[in-house]
Amino acid sequence: MSDFIRANLPYLLAGISVGGQYALIAIGYTMVYGILRLINFAHGDIFTVAAYLMVYMNATMPLYISLPLTAVITVLLGFAVERVAYKPLRDAPRMSIMISAIGVSYLLQNLMWYVTGGLAKQYPVIPWISSSVTLLGATTKMVTLVTPVLTLVLVLLLTQLIRHTKIGMAMRAVSKDFETSKLMGIKINGVISVTFVIGSFLAAVGSMLYFSNYTAVTPTAGAMPGLKAFVAAVFGGIGSIPGAVIGAFIIGIAENIIKAMGLTTFSDAFTFALLIIILIFKPTGLFGEAVHEKV
Amino acid sequence: MRKWIALALSLLMLLPVLATAEGVKGEITIGIYEPASGPNGAGGKQETLGIYYANFVQPTVELSDGVYKINLVEVDNQSSNDKAVSAAQQLVSAGSSIVLGSYGSGVSIAAAPTFNEAGVVAVGISCTNPQVTLGNPLYYRICYLDPFQGTVLANFAMDEYAAKKAYTLAQLGNDYDVGLAHYFTEAFKGKGGEVTGETFPLGTSDFAAYLTNAVNAGAEVIFSPTSTEFAAQIITQAAANGVKIPILAGDTWDSSVILDAAKGTELSVSVSTFFDEGDTSSKAAEFVKGFKEWLNANPDKLANNGGNDIVAAVSALGYDGYMVALEALKKADSGDRQDIADIMAEVTYDGVTGAIVFGENGDAVRDQAFIKKSDNAAGAWTFVKVQGVEK
Repeated sequence: MSDFIRANLPYLLAGISVGGQYALIAIGYTMVYGILRLINFAHGDIFTVAAYLMVYMNATMPLYISLPLTAVITVLLGFAVERVAYKPLRDAPRMSIMISAIGVSYLLQNLMWYVTGGLAKQYPVIPWISSSVTLLGATTKMVTLVTPVLTLVLVLLLTQLIRHTKIGMAMRAVSKDFETSKLMGIKINGVISVTFVIGSFLAAVGSMLYFSNYTAVTPTAGAMPGLKAFVAAVFGGIGSIPGAVIGAFIIGIAENIIKAMGLTTFSDAFTFALLIIILIFKPTGLFGEAVHEKV
Repeated sequence: MRKWIALALSLLMLLPVLATAEGVKGEITIGIYEPASGPNGAGGKQETLGIYYANFVQPTVELSDGVYKINLVEVDNQSSNDKAVSAAQQLVSAGSSIVLGSYGSGVSIAAAPTFNEAGVVAVGISCTNPQVTLGNPLYYRICYLDPFQGTVLANFAMDEYAAKKAYTLAQLGNDYDVGLAHYFTEAFKGKGGEVTGETFPLGTSDFAAYLTNAVNAGAEVIFSPTSTEFAAQIITQAAANGVKIPILAGDTWDSSVILDAAKGTELSVSVSTFFDEGDTSSKAAEFVKGFKEWLNANPDKLANNGGNDIVAAVSALGYDGYMVALEALKKADSGDRQDIADIMAEVTYDGVTGAIVFGENGDAVRDQAFIKKSDNAAGAWTFVKVQGVEK
């Protein structure tokens, strides 16, 4: 039995850890969708930009400045993207704003390519969370254990914010009915900005955890985790925060179990096959609400 | 007044014309077909540095009708097989007399038909997959091949670690990775060993599960001939997950990226390569000294070498590649593509990485590889031995 645990625990740990990191990205997708009915394709790239910010800033300043500054600049970037690329299209058909999101994604990717020259950069070592620990005979990085805990804490805080504060109430109202909330005097633009700020902040935290574990940063490093987080958000029911988190953990763990079974080549294929199956059989996902067409 | 300025300016524009007329007969273009971005970007840049250093040492070539200046044209094939053909076409239309590269076999295989059709001789520098030259009469190569390298490493795994079980990890769809893993597996099994092989898709960053698979398979040695970008991930994650199995790899891992990743860990990382910085033969020592001075004089070049002055084997090969191209120009006594193609097979050169003589399929005859091991305290390579295949 102990042999079985020692042989299989690393898969589970890796799954939970990567699941937690997907969850932090997935929340950004799901919140923006809940409010704007927009899939923000640039989200995965904001996640990567956060990693590069950390790489460059850490070279010149101490960690206790570069960490918070990375989070702040990432948040500003998310805010700016919304103001520049999405806000002018508020009354345009939903497809236009989606195309704008894809444009932003490519713009960010190519900017990173241009600035960094396209070579992999090593993510800085963050003390403590990068150190190794041994758990039941399996050695892993501290970040693997920290990620799920931190994810759950942040999600709890977020749900409290949404349930019990004024801005949370405004967000719920906007996601229920855009037009009516406008009529009721809710400042739509403020609410949307707050959504992007929260999403980008979580992406920044997710990026710190993710790249502490997988230390090579390239311009496309965020594309795959971004896509998988998107699948997680759809799987959990897009628009639902607990759904996104549970979806992300399931995908993270399932991926690693598939690798453990020796089907390494198919682990990515599995994630995307899951997306297709979910969209066919349960388009609203695990926790998503059914859309009622209003007349 | 304005007239005078115009006259002065137009006279200024004549200056370069006068300059070239003096002593230099004309220009010959050599194309550099290397990745500067993507997973192989770091290695491609080091190889390109070797070529530029050679050009710095020998900026001209003397033919019977005068001295020609060498003009280097560089394209970035982005380590990507689908960008390869258009990058190659760019070099062809830039008028390259001969092309050098690439680092990475996949892009070379993809571009070979383009060079062939245009009648341009290409000199492969560190692309080790047999498919590069096979069936491509104009593609030559100055390094050893993967069937040789795979066997060398399989021998080394058995000699050094007495390994009976190996685990191979290659990137799916990468000709170099999959090819070298295949030849290693063949040689290792041929000697009575057992091999478990797995592949990962492009864009993978989570290697924990693969490493756990290696441990659970009871592997005594991990063979992962991947590009350096994945290598860094594999090493750091092996260290973080407490995997202590020795890791072997091919020529791509001979890079300071690997040393940085392995520094301070307890992992044993060994690579087979083309050149050893500590080689004391006069030619090699002179190259190492000159190359380091040249690198250290310019921060940009130092940054392209990975921020240090450790001499990568591909830089030495890049240097030899350029010199081979010059020999070809001299032998053909012309910059004409057809003239070069006619005599290329007979070109020989005694380079810093050893003597280069083209044999079957236009591949250089090479019968030994250097094995180096990472010294994780110093962050440097230590020379282990010269390994051949005969046993």
